[in-house]
Amino acid sequence: MSDAGLAVVGHGASDGTVAGGRPDPAGGRRRTDPARPAHPVLLLLARIVLPAALLLAWYAATRAGVFSPVQLPSPGSVLDAGRGLVGRGELLTHVHISTQRVLVGFLVGSTIGVALGALVGLSRVADLVLAPTIGALRAVPSLAWVPLLILWLKIGEDSKITLIAIGAMFPVFTTTYLALRHVDAQLVEAARAFGLRGVRLLTTVQLPAVVPAVFSGLRLALAQSWLFLVAAELIASSQGLGFLLIDSQNNGRTDRLLLAIVLLAVLGKLSDAALGVVERWAVRRWA
Amino acid sequence: MSLLQTSRRSSAGYADVPAAALPLHFRGVGRAFTDRDQQRQVLQDVDLTVEAGSVVALLGPSGCGKSTLLRAAAGLDTPTSGTVVIGDRPVRGIDDRCAIAFQEPRLLPWRTVRANVALGLPDGTARSEGARLVDELLGLVGLAEHADHRPREISGGMAQRTSLARALARRPGVLLLDEPFGALDALTRMKMQDLLLAVHEASPTTVLLVTHDVDEALQLADRVVVLGRPAGGTAATVSHVVDVPGERPRDRGSVDLARLRGELLESLGVDAHRH
Repeated sequence: MSDAGLAVVGHGASDGTVAGGRPDPAGGRRRTDPARPAHPVLLLLARIVLPAALLLAWYAATRAGVFSPVQLPSPGSVLDAGRGLVGRGELLTHVHISTQRVLVGFLVGSTIGVALGALVGLSRVADLVLAPTIGALRAVPSLAWVPLLILWLKIGEDSKITLIAIGAMFPVFTTTYLALRHVDAQLVEAARAFGLRGVRLLTTVQLPAVVPAVFSGLRLALAQSWLFLVAAELIASSQGLGFLLIDSQNNGRTDRLLLAIVLLAVLGKLSDAALGVVERWAVRRWA
Repeated sequence: MSLLQTSRRSSAGYADVPAAALPLHFRGVGRAFTDRDQQRQVLQDVDLTVEAGSVVALLGPSGCGKSTLLRAAAGLDTPTSGTVVIGDRPVRGIDDRCAIAFQEPRLLPWRTVRANVALGLPDGTARSEGARLVDELLGLVGLAEHADHRPREISGGMAQRTSLARALARRPGVLLLDEPFGALDALTRMKMQDLLLAVHEASPTTVLLVTHDVDEALQLADRVVVLGRPAGGTAATVSHVVDVPGERPRDRGSVDLARLRGELLESLGVDAHRH
């Protein structure tokens, strides 16, 4: 059944719950699976062993003087850089403005993506009229919009959020559109045979069938949003983590540069995990 | 058979509100498909009446247009010539006087068995009335205990019973069954046939059943209609009609049925003595 196929799409980006650990959309049967692996503490250990090893290797390399502090500062000095920035009240501002840009851009972009994907996926006319144009726009590398956005919207929040929204829109559009195209035709026909049409057919059959696919699109879009945030901030900004990156590079502050990278990793992971929680709820509720 | 007993016990309520069985007429029905600019006539001049409350089985080799004929009655397909009439009104588009059960259960995987059955309720059914009917039907098909399971948690036979209950929830004037037991194992199939008879006895609606199983047709139908291509023709039409004697449920080993079985197999081009 196509729904089962869709449900599996795009969990590469999910939190580390191991293949198959995701709740079955059909209900929580697997939770009571007697073959459930290992103790929770062991699972936690399995997840942190690689980051801990990397941290240790980093520490050992700097301690042994393999690299100069400008090439690779020690974990301790990165932590100090973080403390210093927090003390001056800058770090929170950077984190705050970046997170805000990502959230707003992601929400705007993914909303447009779902709406457009639904329109083109459901309506033959819209598909005919819109799909080639959207396909062409999608083929433009999103960063190519930057000069035009800056020209039109100036260097401010609008141009950055628009760029992020463009980056977030296409994955959501594509997954929604394709998933709607591949909703089991037999199910749709059966529902039609029982008198369902229009909006009721949409909410009873088509939308629930694509919920898992839409969420995998949303997760891709969130990752894209962070990517385009950094791009936008690297090019023109005075605040945010991307600005911290370029500013630190210009001033030779490799410690702050590494701090910004670590923060991007942590924020990206946290936001993806939060979306994962929403996804599990939505799949239980609708799919 | 315990399933049948359960069905009989709980069927009284379902029969309380009799569905008005409607006659179904095919008048000169033909259907051509366009295939790479080639017109391919599949059905031609099909004249057939299914009397109100009777069970008619449509037999025929695969690809002869049995399902197409059934889909025309459901309004899921439009004949290229002729008309299908239910009661005294022709079928134009999807018709709420029929209900259909397909060869595949076609249940919504994200809904429970109960919610899937409820999908068949006609528009405008009061909530409490609908819930009562769904519960009754779940009892009738022996799925009361599985009402809150999802389709992937139940067996193929149970899924087909859910599909049948969904069709019955419509309280159809004509019940259309498109090889509904074809994909089931032999034992489950016999149980399903008994269940269908019990349902029909409780609420005798008109039934048109597409099948490729001669024994199933003889077991269930008042009349068996064979679709076939006349010698030299490409389009199928009614080639043979057999009225099946005897009250149901029928003895699967009876001599009369064995003779009819031979006759039907022969009309399908199978040498009856070898089977």
